[in-house]
Amino acid sequence: MSGTLLALVRLIGVPRRRLGATATLGALTVLFGVGLMATSGYLISRAAEHPPILSLMVTIVAVQFFGLGRPVVRYLERLASHDMALRVLGSLRARFYARIEPLAPAELASYRQGDLLSRMVADVDALQNLYLRGLLPPLVAVLAGAVSIGAAVAFLPAAGLVLAAGLLAGGVAVPALAGVLGGRAGTRQASARGLLSAELVESLRGAPELVAYGAEQAALDRVRAADSALVKLARRDALAAGVGDGLGLAVTGVTVAGVLAVGVTASASGGLNRVLVATLALLAMAAFEAVTPLAAAARELSATLASGRRVLELVDVEATVRDPSDPVAAPVWPFAVTLDGVTARYPSEPHPAIDGVSLRLDAGERVALVGPSGAGKTTVVNLLLRFVDPERGRVTIAGRDLRDYRQDDVRRAISVAGQDSHLFSASIGDNVRLARPDASDDEVEDVLRRAQILEWVRGLPNGLDTLVGEEGRELSGGQRQRVVLARALLAGAPVLVLDEPTAHLDPETASELVDDVFSAAGDRTVLLITHRDEGLDLVDRVVTI
Amino acid sequence: MRALDPRLLRRTKSVRPLLTVDCALGVGTAVAVLVGATMLARIAARAFDGAPIRTLWPDFAVLVVAFVVRGAFVWGMEVAGRRAAWSVLSELRLALATQRVRTHPLAVDGVAGAEITTVSVQGVEALEGYFARYLPQVVLASIVPFLVIAWVAFLDVEAAVIMLVTLPLVPVFMWLIGSYTADRTRARWHALRALSGHFLDVVRGLPTLRAFGRAHDEATVVARVSDRYRQATMETLRLSFLSGSVLELAATLGVALVAVTAGVRLVDGTLGLEAGLAVIVLAPELYLPFRRLGAEYHASADGLAVAGRLFTLLDAPAASSPSGPRLAPSPARAAVRFDRVSFAYPGRPIPVLDEFELELSPGESVALVGESGAGKSTVASLLLGLLSPTSGAVMVGDTDLGDCRLEEWRRLLAWVPQHPTLFRGTVADNIGLGNPDADEEAVVMAARLAGADDFIRALPDGYATVLGDGERSLSPGERRRIGLARAFLRDAPLVILDEPTADLDPASVSIVAAAVRRLKTGRTILVIAHRPELVRDADRVVRLIDGAAVSEERRQVA
Repeated sequence: MSGTLLALVRLIGVPRRRLGATATLGALTVLFGVGLMATSGYLISRAAEHPPILSLMVTIVAVQFFGLGRPVVRYLERLASHDMALRVLGSLRARFYARIEPLAPAELASYRQGDLLSRMVADVDALQNLYLRGLLPPLVAVLAGAVSIGAAVAFLPAAGLVLAAGLLAGGVAVPALAGVLGGRAGTRQASARGLLSAELVESLRGAPELVAYGAEQAALDRVRAADSALVKLARRDALAAGVGDGLGLAVTGVTVAGVLAVGVTASASGGLNRVLVATLALLAMAAFEAVTPLAAAARELSATLASGRRVLELVDVEATVRDPSDPVAAPVWPFAVTLDGVTARYPSEPHPAIDGVSLRLDAGERVALVGPSGAGKTTVVNLLLRFVDPERGRVTIAGRDLRDYRQDDVRRAISVAGQDSHLFSASIGDNVRLARPDASDDEVEDVLRRAQILEWVRGLPNGLDTLVGEEGRELSGGQRQRVVLARALLAGAPVLVLDEPTAHLDPETASELVDDVFSAAGDRTVLLITHRDEGLDLVDRVVTI
Repeated sequence: MRALDPRLLRRTKSVRPLLTVDCALGVGTAVAVLVGATMLARIAARAFDGAPIRTLWPDFAVLVVAFVVRGAFVWGMEVAGRRAAWSVLSELRLALATQRVRTHPLAVDGVAGAEITTVSVQGVEALEGYFARYLPQVVLASIVPFLVIAWVAFLDVEAAVIMLVTLPLVPVFMWLIGSYTADRTRARWHALRALSGHFLDVVRGLPTLRAFGRAHDEATVVARVSDRYRQATMETLRLSFLSGSVLELAATLGVALVAVTAGVRLVDGTLGLEAGLAVIVLAPELYLPFRRLGAEYHASADGLAVAGRLFTLLDAPAASSPSGPRLAPSPARAAVRFDRVSFAYPGRPIPVLDEFELELSPGESVALVGESGAGKSTVASLLLGLLSPTSGAVMVGDTDLGDCRLEEWRRLLAWVPQHPTLFRGTVADNIGLGNPDADEEAVVMAARLAGADDFIRALPDGYATVLGDGERSLSPGERRRIGLARAFLRDAPLVILDEPTADLDPASVSIVAAAVRRLKTGRTILVIAHRPELVRDADRVVRLIDGAAVSEERRQVA
């Protein structure tokens, strides 16, 4: 646990000054409350001795100072802590991004399925709480607790000791106990929860078939059984899970009684001014505000650490593809691109994705690579872009191994348009211009024209500024592929790789698209990767994988 | 914001008992608070007057017991709240699962099963926060302050008056500032979500960014966007945190005023020390539940959001019509006819099917073709009674399907969807989905007819191999053959095949096509396809354009 914490702190960075300032403000908030109660207690007790009212003025002012000051400190503390959390989040995202950028897509491959990637991003977001809700409360507790104990010691050392013991019990033992009990419940429930989720997802996703085959009642019965098993477990666990706050109150009571007892004893023996007995008791009671948030902080911290572990798992992955220390100059067109007996394997996969594949693309040649799904066609793309390196064999451009070039030079020579190309939630123009940010509107329109979609874009009310939606959802499958193609054309690379451009399209749209692709490609080298027939009549050569 | 969604009271069984328990424990807590404060004041006051400590032990005992009992009550409220959260969620979850499966099998409103599962399983944390932390504070806030003021009035009327004056300021200011900043706060939350969305988008698009050599530049964009968001958010927070501060101010000022006035009257001798101390110990307790309430604001918002989401899902109108009383004739004898059927998905103005006409005669095989999105699968769903027509009717012989007992009708159909779902269980269980009582021989025969026997026997445990979530997965072609085996085993007179060969490799295509030909003998078949392979074998091809069957071509029967 502490290892994870340290690694996370290293990843996030320590905003030392802000953390210090925020913790100080947090401690002051608690201490103003302690001051308010202690001075009030003193004021009442002292007043009971019927002194001249003027002699109480200082105390009255102190009471008012603490009363008015506390909301102000609290306000400042909340602003400071939220500002810090947002700053942490910003830098965390930037750092996380910088760490995983070299990992995409090869080492991220296993995250691309399902919603693991969005869970990852949610985990990163959750880490912003590490300081705000996880580390700040203990810091505040230590600062405010220490000052309160110090004040109590100054009046009566024994009272200080009792308070210290009470704060330790309330601030360390109780949260630890609550944490252990809660953690146990969580582990016990995890598998029951998993089973219920699985049953639910399955019944809901498979509902049409269940209904069509009259099997819905059986499926719902299984959901019900999984549900009642989980609820039974959770109702029992509730007894232990809620124990923190209650125990905290009991500890407070015992401590206050203890402080009172030593106070009363000391005052009877003349060791303590009788006016201070109530003062100390109220001080002790108010000081517990420092430790009450700790049970929640412990819960928060363990949740954050769970997120953190998942993030670290990814961040600690070493990128397998690196630039050479002494790169050769970028290849000069015209050149051939080859795969020579290449075997490639993804990290964490036992079997190679492709095994002993050779392929030669001469300058200006048009080649189709066909094969069933799962044959490793996309791996060829990843090899050509140097997203993965071969385990055996080599990939070359202009006769030199890809590993001799800078990665950016390779990707300037080869560009890809295909099923996996991502459309960002931005405008059509921005998505195309991604390939070359300094391209003029004319150049963008030119590639859109060559991708046969300019007319349609012009017909839109916002033209190039039309937003494509999350993952391009506002566009149809064919339109998406054309925008992706235009982007690849704008990059101006002499080798164009088309990765399943017709996937999910109906035959007519597909053959139109393929025709347009080849006429747009001009004299570039084109590698068409497909498992379908469209376009096979337009290439010089068909290679089966 | 409402403290309690009335639907929770009306529609779940566990909330009313929880409120009763909370109120009882709330009163108990208030009494414990009063007793604790009184004892504290009494001990301090008597010690002040020089009472020896041994005469004070009984008071000490009561003081400790008061705190322990108060702790026990807080614990009780939390346990009751957590239990209620689980029960409420369980009730809603089961109701929702039943409702979605029975009347919403197709999720036409776009609400995916995964989302429902997330809300109804993970949502328990939010509901726990609401029931175990927020609701008890609501109860305490409506009980403790009044009992405290009543007790204080008994001790010292003037302090009670100060409390009575400052106390209402708290909720009033909370409400005033809260409603003033609510919109801005909400806008900020939306911005936060949009920002998360942006980051997710960038991470998802990383391969593309790298392919175009743009991944480095994006790092600065990520940092800049986050910082811009931070600045905008802090501006909102400066204002909305004022509401918390006003609350805090009312509370601390109340305590300070009580202390100062009590002090002055103690000097006068019009107030006793014990009463003065009790009042000052009680003063913070007066505001405590309100401050906790503010701190648990998010717990409440999150919990109510989960409940609200579940109720909204539960209240979605049914997509399929309820079963009627009549018995549909078998498609082996009667023709099935789409009579000017129109269908529009909820929230979409353009109907998918527009006065669609189609007749399936007994024993005939018909291919339904058309572009993706033309409404072919909708036809299948209407035939299965998973959806009901917006207008027009699906007729079986002379009977409207809408008047029929759908369960009985579906016994006469077998449906092979494009992506058959594999349920957790063995291969044999999966083939026997609609016929759980089928013997092993029948299952193997169905698999053989579907061309699935070979690959099933090659699996580690053959027909006993466990499939589904986290277990062994099958290729798309193998799944489709499991789906076909289901249809063979069901042996229904009408079979609906949805894109049986789409996206399969050539070897799988020929196996599946052969299985489909075997299926045709003696059955009525509707094949849905956007590709031509299977259309060749059909007796008739119907093309769907703009939601209507516009062209029909009769084929030579081979």
